[in-house]
Amino acid sequence: MSKTAWDKVTMARQLERPTALDYIDKIFDDFVELHGDRVFGDDKSIVGGIATLNGMNVTVIGEQKGKTTKENIERNFGMPNPEGYRKAVRLMKQAEKFKRPIITFIDTPGANPILGAEERGQGEAIGRSMMEMSKLKVPIIAIVIGEGASGGALAISVGDKIIMLENSVYYILSPEGFASILYKDSSRAEEAAENMKITADELKNMGIIDEIIEEPENGAQNDIDNVSKKIKKCIEDSIKELSKLDVEELLNKRYNKYRKII
Amino acid sequence: MIIDKIKKVSIQEETPKKNVRAADMLIGKWVKCDACKEILYKEDVRKNYSVCPNCGKHFRLSARRRIAQIIDEGTFNELNADMQTRDPLNFEGYLKKIESLHEKTKIKEAVTTGIGEINGEKVVIAVMDGNFMMGSMGSVVGEKITIAVEKAIEEKLPLIIFCVSGGARMQEGMISLMQMAKTSAAIAKLNDAGLLYISVLTDPTYGGVTASFAMLGDIVLAEPKAMIGFAGPRVIKQTIKMELPDGFQTSEFLLEHGFVDKIVERKDMKDMLHKLILMHK
Repeated sequence: MSKTAWDKVTMARQLERPTALDYIDKIFDDFVELHGDRVFGDDKSIVGGIATLNGMNVTVIGEQKGKTTKENIERNFGMPNPEGYRKAVRLMKQAEKFKRPIITFIDTPGANPILGAEERGQGEAIGRSMMEMSKLKVPIIAIVIGEGASGGALAISVGDKIIMLENSVYYILSPEGFASILYKDSSRAEEAAENMKITADELKNMGIIDEIIEEPENGAQNDIDNVSKKIKKCIEDSIKELSKLDVEELLNKRYNKYRKII
Repeated sequence: MIIDKIKKVSIQEETPKKNVRAADMLIGKWVKCDACKEILYKEDVRKNYSVCPNCGKHFRLSARRRIAQIIDEGTFNELNADMQTRDPLNFEGYLKKIESLHEKTKIKEAVTTGIGEINGEKVVIAVMDGNFMMGSMGSVVGEKITIAVEKAIEEKLPLIIFCVSGGARMQEGMISLMQMAKTSAAIAKLNDAGLLYISVLTDPTYGGVTASFAMLGDIVLAEPKAMIGFAGPRVIKQTIKMELPDGFQTSEFLLEHGFVDKIVERKDMKDMLHKLILMHK
């Protein structure tokens, strides 16, 4: 049976769903996590570091949710603080310096609506991350693995290839928020989800994402090995394809990818 | 219209004292300042750059009035004035609402862009308008801003953007979100071309506009006491279940925290922009 957009919202948010670190562990031969934004702190809702993929060095960044309440509190439910985006930018610039491709995993309920995040300029941090990513001279592949919500998701997903898992979702804000603002009734979230065009299929049709990776019927957690293999294949193919371009072509193509969205 | 945003002050308002949202009561030729509650003669307010002569509250401005205050008379050439709003989600009632706003505001979208002169210095300018869908950024706003940036690059001109926005335009879904990436990428190109970009934050600037071009200026100016942030104060209050500190998310708060270069009063804005442009020639 085909799934509704709301089914996918629910699946994308399942606690059992594989997280960024689960995939990093399965896909890469080695991974050294690096910490801190060199300004204020280390945000545990965004992980990042250097990994090897069939002997090639890459930089990996991922939004990290927890699997238990305790873990989620530690990871702030995958809601980045400004330090998270700044750490991501730091690691991405490092990747550029050492000519490593960048792979990002997107999985967040959105930015963090708290006092400190505003004091430390999360708007500036998100904007700067997108601006920096648009001109990094190495290939960038972004993969939405769960919930891709609003600026928090977009901040680390400006790249050359945007890939979504079949049951992941990508939206401007949660369907609950959308319903609450536009229908003045948050209980109409299901209806909002159907109208918002947030599924991988819809976003591919709109030209916002490039590829979709299939999942087992009941979600990626039911065969994480297989889903990881497919993601790995997709990353390998994308890097191979993007490596053929010289820097100017790569950057022009990336610019036009967003430029044409109207 | 003298004051752009006219709304009755409700006595049930939660924060009756210093309500920084523009809510100005119009009584014939008189208006009431929503900040100091003083009754003001409209003509005095107009002559004073739409700033309260009593307390200095900067009332919200339409794009048209803003351009008249900043750009030398007769030098403004608008770009892409007729670009049509799109409806990617087929969102019920959206285009109808846009149409009624066309009539009410006499503008086609939430940003007006063009080329004009500031004390004889040619610039590309984009001015947002809060009267149109709260200045929200949908595909037309994103596209017009991007074209303005590209125009600045093409003609090697400084770029000035006056921001006022509730954020990304929800009715356009993901297309709207993507405008943040598009405009930020355009600003990156402008930087590579070595051109000056001054962003001016006015009341209110929030959400996807704050998290894209608004905060990416070489120089970020703000009008006094403008509300500026990413998440809105109501959402933050609900989340942290605590009172927010006085002055939270005002221009002064952002200056204190290092996210604004300078607060400039409206009467001094044109000369400040001119001076900064000359410093980059």
